[in-house]
Amino acid sequence: MSISTYMTNEELTTFLSVKFPEAEFRQGSQYLEMIVTNSTLHMVATFLKETRELAFDYLMCLSGVDFPEFLTVVYHLESTSNKHCMVLKAKTENREKPVLDTVCDIWPTAEFHEREVFDLLGVKFNYHPDLRRLFLGDEWGFPLRKDYVDDVHIVER
Amino acid sequence: MTELTELEKVIPTDTIKTDEYLVNMGPQHPSTHGVLRLLVKLEGEIVHNVQPDIGYIHSGIEKMSEALSYTQIPHLTDRMDYLSAHMNNEAVALCVENALQVEVPERVKYIRTIMSELQRLASHQLWWCASGMDLGALTTFFYGLRDREDILDIFEETCGARLTLNYSLPGGVMFDIHPNFQRKVKDFIKKFRKKLPEYDKLITGNVIFTERTKGVGILTKEDAIAFGVTGPTGRASGFSCDVRKHIPYSAYPYVKFEEKLGTEGDCYTRWVMRMDEMWESLSIIEQLIDNIPEGDYTAKMKGVIKLPEGEFYQRVETARGELGVYIISDGKKNPYRVKFRSPGFSNLFAINHIAKGWKIADLVAIMATFDLVIPDIDR
Repeated sequence: MSISTYMTNEELTTFLSVKFPEAEFRQGSQYLEMIVTNSTLHMVATFLKETRELAFDYLMCLSGVDFPEFLTVVYHLESTSNKHCMVLKAKTENREKPVLDTVCDIWPTAEFHEREVFDLLGVKFNYHPDLRRLFLGDEWGFPLRKDYVDDVHIVER
Repeated sequence: MTELTELEKVIPTDTIKTDEYLVNMGPQHPSTHGVLRLLVKLEGEIVHNVQPDIGYIHSGIEKMSEALSYTQIPHLTDRMDYLSAHMNNEAVALCVENALQVEVPERVKYIRTIMSELQRLASHQLWWCASGMDLGALTTFFYGLRDREDILDIFEETCGARLTLNYSLPGGVMFDIHPNFQRKVKDFIKKFRKKLPEYDKLITGNVIFTERTKGVGILTKEDAIAFGVTGPTGRASGFSCDVRKHIPYSAYPYVKFEEKLGTEGDCYTRWVMRMDEMWESLSIIEQLIDNIPEGDYTAKMKGVIKLPEGEFYQRVETARGELGVYIISDGKKNPYRVKFRSPGFSNLFAINHIAKGWKIADLVAIMATFDLVIPDIDR
């Protein structure tokens, strides 16, 4: 028996900040954003999926972003039973060797999205079963990083 | 008889075993419908593992978008999933409009929804004819393309393009609809309502077809959610994922339609899902076509669009599933980062999970009913 419990962004914040006081919470334009580091990422992700009141079972989108401060991986989550959405952000500590734990044991779809992030931003994922480049060859740099130098200057920003 | 036993002494039959071997399916293979390479591990004819190798037509759309303005980005998106060009344009347009909190005229909403559904029909027609061909029915190809021509003619008259429409822009649509638009759409619906039962007669009840698809390549609901399989493919497994229903946009709140859900999750259900969806699309267009309100075809927009700082996410239902547009803005005239969550990308990687243990001919049936478009995967 599953009891559907839709939570608003405020309710989600209250619910999660009790459990994870060290995480940072921010209200985005649509979704609640929860920001964690690698040390708690896997634990938080498991909690988000397994807790009955939350049940975030559908990973809509996984994207890597090179924010000015941190290389960050953004997880857009939805609960198919409770119908609420939220955003989980995991920031990496070291820009030279960015490392995060994989979440593909929690959401299998993450396996290939993580390969894409590894390919385009160079974020390594611990315990990933098959971390290879996806689109580009091994000799390429990481084009979605902001310090990437494009030799032919097609794309400049 | 004696000869056989002699042979059996040399090679005992119970130890004869075929080795596993690798076969390259693609990048040039008719049933991959584009440059997709599948590394298939086989034992005899039995599939043990399928590893997709992608990136042959990776065009760096996300990277290019970072250097373009918000009015230019939609033009790149119809090169992703070229069979859902209008929905891709609309997704970016909606994302920018929501970020700016611009309310578009009602007329625009109606036009966009009608065009989306026409596009969905055209896409499903092409899927129907191509996947029928994959399963050995060449006639479907001629039937499907013949009927798709009518829709492409309507597109051409409306916006000058048949495939890459570039019709939706932030604020509205590029031009007003052609004076003939409503009449032609109504003519098409009348005609296609007669043709659609023909499609079923030709394929859906066919014994060879049902034998090859019923019970083949079953994707459970749990797996569909776990692998993020959306669109008709996900709904065939019972995963209720229709964005048009759950987070309605444009004119979808004004229309009545049913979200069809399957239970089996096999190739046959995936097939039936798309056939049903065509009927629903026809009914959506019929509800809107006579009621297009008068008014402007675009909202007043500034020449240079600058989004406020922040992150914006827009979900749209394309013909293949859920398209997510994730724009991060730092307040400048071009975005800081754009990410397209394309439906094909997530759908593709579920194939390995469900193809194991089936024959290589079944793999073709599975691919056909997944309806993959390769530029959508590679972006």
